[in-house]
Amino acid sequence: MSKQQELADLIRESIQDHMTVYMAGFSHLIPFAAGHEMIRQNLRHLTLCRATPDLLYDQMIAAGLADRLAFSYAGNPGVGLLPAFRHAAESGLLALDEYTHAEMICRLEAGAAGLPFWPLAAEDNDLSRLRGRPRVACPFTGQDVAVVPALNPDVAVLHVQMADDEGNLYVWGLPGDIKEAALASRVIVATAEKVHPADSLRHLRDYLMIPGFRVKGVTEVPFGAHPSYATGLYERDTRLYQEWTQLAKTDEGRQAWLDDWVRGVPSHAAYLAKLGENYLDALKTREGGFNRALSS
Amino acid sequence: MPSARDWMIVAAARLLENQQRVLVGVGIPNIAANLAKRLQAPDLVLVYESGVIDARPARLPLSIGDGTLVDAALAVIPMSELFSHYLATGWIDVGFLGAAQIDASGNLNSTVIGDYQHPRVRLAGSGGAAEIATGAKKTIIVMEHSRDRFPAKVDFITSPGHPPGRRRADGRGPWRVVTSLGLFGFDDSGRMGVMALMPGHTQEEVLDLSGFRIPALVDPLPVLPEPSAQELQILQDLRATLPGGTQG
Repeated sequence: MSKQQELADLIRESIQDHMTVYMAGFSHLIPFAAGHEMIRQNLRHLTLCRATPDLLYDQMIAAGLADRLAFSYAGNPGVGLLPAFRHAAESGLLALDEYTHAEMICRLEAGAAGLPFWPLAAEDNDLSRLRGRPRVACPFTGQDVAVVPALNPDVAVLHVQMADDEGNLYVWGLPGDIKEAALASRVIVATAEKVHPADSLRHLRDYLMIPGFRVKGVTEVPFGAHPSYATGLYERDTRLYQEWTQLAKTDEGRQAWLDDWVRGVPSHAAYLAKLGENYLDALKTREGGFNRALSS
Repeated sequence: MPSARDWMIVAAARLLENQQRVLVGVGIPNIAANLAKRLQAPDLVLVYESGVIDARPARLPLSIGDGTLVDAALAVIPMSELFSHYLATGWIDVGFLGAAQIDASGNLNSTVIGDYQHPRVRLAGSGGAAEIATGAKKTIIVMEHSRDRFPAKVDFITSPGHPPGRRRADGRGPWRVVTSLGLFGFDDSGRMGVMALMPGHTQEEVLDLSGFRIPALVDPLPVLPEPSAQELQILQDLRATLPGGTQG
């Protein structure tokens, strides 16, 4: 049975107010199109989780979707800090569940494995001292081991390079924490650069990240990770990452940008049309050798 | 005329040895590691917390997840594997980090300036820094030298340094600190001391710009050699690969 759905329907049927959501992707494949649709649907009181909130969560925080953020690194990669996150954190508008990368990923490992906690090699720092980090005695050796609690988001939203009609999701390039975040979540939905017919991608088995039986719905969204990148397909739009830091310094600036580029456009297709074909062409990965090898 | 930042980058790059596996942090460490790979350490194994193993970036990467790190890498692995199977198990020789603040024991702050609940400046947070600082065989830290950045007590311990009164027994933890004023190490009590000065700088300046006493570890204090024309040229060439508006 086809799992393809329109993006707006997919979001509306999968995500409601008060849910805990993990928008996955790491540096690349950040699901901007899906996040922007969530902003258009005016979701509220979400707990947003992501190791690296990045520009997308700054925009979602600015749009007022989040009450809580679980994270481990809230920077604008290669540029500096995230203005909306900073403002919300410094003025106490956003509750923070802050971890280190290893802790955040171990929380997902526990969640994905259906276990209540996960052990890791970790020394105490001020985060663990503030939050409390339980330790357990190894039942075999007596060794003292730090543990973190499972994280089980209600929904994970992924963007992938390729999918098929049955929701099988294929990724290449940085895997980051995408698989762990997806499998820790009760429901997985995805956007994909290209959705192929069922059973046509079996030769790509080494790149399968999530099997379709774990996926609720998928929708084809070209440039669905813009302005982040998709390895082998298009480069990061660094100009936009740089501009955000400037224009998002004030709430007026942030709301004006969201009105202009998200709330003021009806769909991701309209967003892409507004950017223009030439602009997007310039971002496309020129060599494409990896993609050629995959499709042959 | 090279800037203080250039001198710092060059001095940090010189600390890396060929064939070391170095886990590279954002900012100056990223520039310095890429410089070292184009100078004395062509077989330096650049590892990034995003899961990149042995990167060969064609241009200076903007961040730890930059696509140029992926393109010619030996491998890209899940972050869960990088942290558990390589970093925590001792396969990383050098952790290479920046920070907003450092204290005499090498505790690093990259989380907040001010109180955690009501920060004056909310910074990005740990990322992998806490694990890198404790999991790598040794850590090199690079940062500007100022009184705000070298306080008696850091506002927040993101990445733990040496324990009170002693250096870590396993050899891990802060090994060298490179700043705009000089090169620093740690004595047997785990406290920071000066090993060498940047050309044109004095120990008085170090005392003036630090919130804690930093004794000289050697007498007389040597002066670090100035950056060579080759080092500065390659640094300039690297910077030329960055997009406009980016600080290199």
